[in-house]
Amino acid sequence: MAESEYAEVFREEAGELLEELETSLLELEKDPADLKIVSRVFRAMHTIKGSGAMFGFDDIAGFTHHVETALDKVRDGTVPVSKELIDLTLASRDHIRALLDAATGGGEADPAEGERIIASLQVLVGGAASGEKKAVPAPAASVEEKDPTTGRRTHYRISIKPTPEFFVGGNTLEALLAELGELGESTVFMDGEQKGGGVLILLTMDKGINAIEDVLVFAESSCEVKVKVLAVEGEDEFEEHRKIGEILVEKGELSVDDLKTVLDRQKPLGELLVGENLVSRTSIDAALAEQKLVREAKEKGTVAKGAESIRVASEKLDQLINLVGELVVTQARLTQVASQHKDTELVEPVEEVERLTAELRDCVLNIRMLPIGTTFAKFKRLVRDLSAELGKEVVMVTEGAETELDKNVIDQLGDPMVHLIRNCIDHGIESPEEREQAGKPRKGTISLAAQHSGANVVITVTDDGKGLDAEKIRQKGLEKGLLRPDTEVSEQEIWNTIFAPGLSTAKTITSVSGRGVGMDVVKSTVEALKGSVSVTNSIKGKGTTITIILPLTLAIINGLLVKVGDTHFVLPLSQVEECVELTREDIARFHERRMLPVREQLVPYVRLRDFFAISGERPLLEQMVISRIHGERFGLVLDDVVGEHQTVLKSLGWVYRNATGLSGSTILGNGHVALILDVANVMKCARQEEHKALAN
Amino acid sequence: MSVKNETVQSQATQYLTFMLREEGFAIEISKVREVLDVTTMTRIPRMPVYLSGVINLRGNVVPVMDLGQRLGMGIIEYTKNTCIMIVELEVDANLVEMGVLTDSVQMVLDLNPEDIESVPKMGTNLNTEFIKGMGRQSEEKFLIILDIDKVLASEGEATLREIDSAVSIHLGESKPEEAAGLEA
Repeated sequence: MAESEYAEVFREEAGELLEELETSLLELEKDPADLKIVSRVFRAMHTIKGSGAMFGFDDIAGFTHHVETALDKVRDGTVPVSKELIDLTLASRDHIRALLDAATGGGEADPAEGERIIASLQVLVGGAASGEKKAVPAPAASVEEKDPTTGRRTHYRISIKPTPEFFVGGNTLEALLAELGELGESTVFMDGEQKGGGVLILLTMDKGINAIEDVLVFAESSCEVKVKVLAVEGEDEFEEHRKIGEILVEKGELSVDDLKTVLDRQKPLGELLVGENLVSRTSIDAALAEQKLVREAKEKGTVAKGAESIRVASEKLDQLINLVGELVVTQARLTQVASQHKDTELVEPVEEVERLTAELRDCVLNIRMLPIGTTFAKFKRLVRDLSAELGKEVVMVTEGAETELDKNVIDQLGDPMVHLIRNCIDHGIESPEEREQAGKPRKGTISLAAQHSGANVVITVTDDGKGLDAEKIRQKGLEKGLLRPDTEVSEQEIWNTIFAPGLSTAKTITSVSGRGVGMDVVKSTVEALKGSVSVTNSIKGKGTTITIILPLTLAIINGLLVKVGDTHFVLPLSQVEECVELTREDIARFHERRMLPVREQLVPYVRLRDFFAISGERPLLEQMVISRIHGERFGLVLDDVVGEHQTVLKSLGWVYRNATGLSGSTILGNGHVALILDVANVMKCARQEEHKALAN
Repeated sequence: MSVKNETVQSQATQYLTFMLREEGFAIEISKVREVLDVTTMTRIPRMPVYLSGVINLRGNVVPVMDLGQRLGMGIIEYTKNTCIMIVELEVDANLVEMGVLTDSVQMVLDLNPEDIESVPKMGTNLNTEFIKGMGRQSEEKFLIILDIDKVLASEGEATLREIDSAVSIHLGESKPEEAAGLEA
């Protein structure tokens, strides 16, 4: 087995390829005629095979080889793209995944499954799938055989110059060469002088240049690869460019070693020129230096090209974010101190630091933001497989796939989303027959939408199925003691009991759902992400909408620093619409009723001093910060608006996790702790309390 | 502030002793991370009184509990001896830090198991759940050894919810209470 470190590299790489493979296959299903996608699929498989073999995952390489052979037929156009073929290829993708997991110590792969897939594939492509490509690496052969069936024999010169990275990845030239050897008759010239030196291969084959590229595709990033067509049979104009030695070797009349020995005797050109007094030694040195420079520049160029993306452990990223967070706090402190000193010489560098810090912060945060579409793509496969399994016809449409979210959030969002979608297909969408009877299109639709809303991301999962049966859920809820028979509950409350543990209205337990676990897991996962999930709409016979609201849980937010008494609060700036003044006259005008007309619209408000029971007299002139929560304008009245403040979110800790109206804390420039307001929560609590007070 | 007892015996456990209303208390020293002077505290509104607020401990926001309030011995008045003991405890398999406000910290004391008497069934006027035992410091002097995990953890949360709901009902009448903590 390969060394664990290399295995890890391969596992990651293969994991990515498998994902790409899945996406491509699903695309191909939609557009079977697109040959570009076919070759993308082929390439992905091929790379898996190639690197699998290199890293010693022989079972993966072996299995993939068969799949690849079948796909090759598709690429040729011999076999058409069919649903069956895509099914099988997807199945083989899953099998490779299983093999991969098994090889890295997670789970077991069923070899029978692999055999089944291969057998079915072979039947599908007309038994030709075993069309062998297993040709033994051909030694330098002089006998040329004419292949009667396919293309013209072509001679290639391939030079591979590996960079050190190549070997870091656990690759070996030997493996690469062996694979090239499989393509046709090859001759290899190793640069034996230094380990890791370049290789020159003369290859004669009839498969076209694509075949070579397929082999080299995964080496290209870490090697300098040059492929040159030396001659195409029948067009011998290239012949004269070849060095005599090479030809001799290729013809087998001269061994590589002999050629080398002879060549080594030859002095370098520079030496000869100096020897003949044609040029001075210095000019030769200069020319050599120039040559070296050009070469180095070239090498640098390749390195830079290779570094387009790098893998970084996410802990390192977390650490970076933390550090930047600390830096932002310190910078805020610095700015504060500088403004107190009123030193003009200090002001400029401090402003510069402020600008740089802001830029740095944005960059770092951006690293973690990923479009949510990456998870949407995963669900497409889920919908496809599940609807087939349950005998339903379902299409998935997505919207707002470009909405960006913190990577940590995206990673953890996968499972709850899977649960929700499973539920939609299993419980929501009816069978095609039922749908037709109900006068709906046979195909059910699940739509996934994501959008930013203030400091939140709102994700909705909507199906056009049968909707929730409120009465049935109520019964079940009563049975389980989740609802009390004596209290009047709104329809929405009934719907949302589906998120309680142990509630399932499914009559039969399927492999998919019905065990009453799932929806409560969804709720707890989303809540762990400081989000909320609820059934926002459900119409019998029309469908259900489930909404997940997630904060953009970023480590750093832009806030508005405000004051009530001596307590500082921070409002997320994204939630602030405007600030207005609230005078004693305004208050008197409305007889202490808590509302104020702003731009011809009455805005209700809550006085934070009262809400948080902060002692002290309120000032004559109060400030009101207006936010928009769920489309409604809502004001918070406070003593003073201090100004904008960049905030590093800190949790208030387990003791205060139930704190009302607060979402966290932050450390101010002077070292004091300020509290971050959760405006929506303040509004909700204030409203509930008012209702309660009125009810009493 | 701390006096090391030199006679270390085999089974002895080290305790940090502190005062609350002229009464001696102790907790296992292995639970205590550090002892701080009182710094600026930010009160979290709408929370039970025994939760004093949060402090900035080298860039971390750490909650602080008023031990006097917690044990029903009245709120702690700030003097120059008032201290915050930073205690480490396990909550849901995570180590968390928590500040414990006390009148003054005394010393580190070694107590052998035979020096510790079991909790009297009655007469302590304290929730016996919170007490691990009575430590004999001298012939006449006893210390109340607290089970700090119990004092700070689960039980606290239950009370917290009770009081929280009480607070929210209370607030309908908007009763201003002392809230700004030390910052005032």
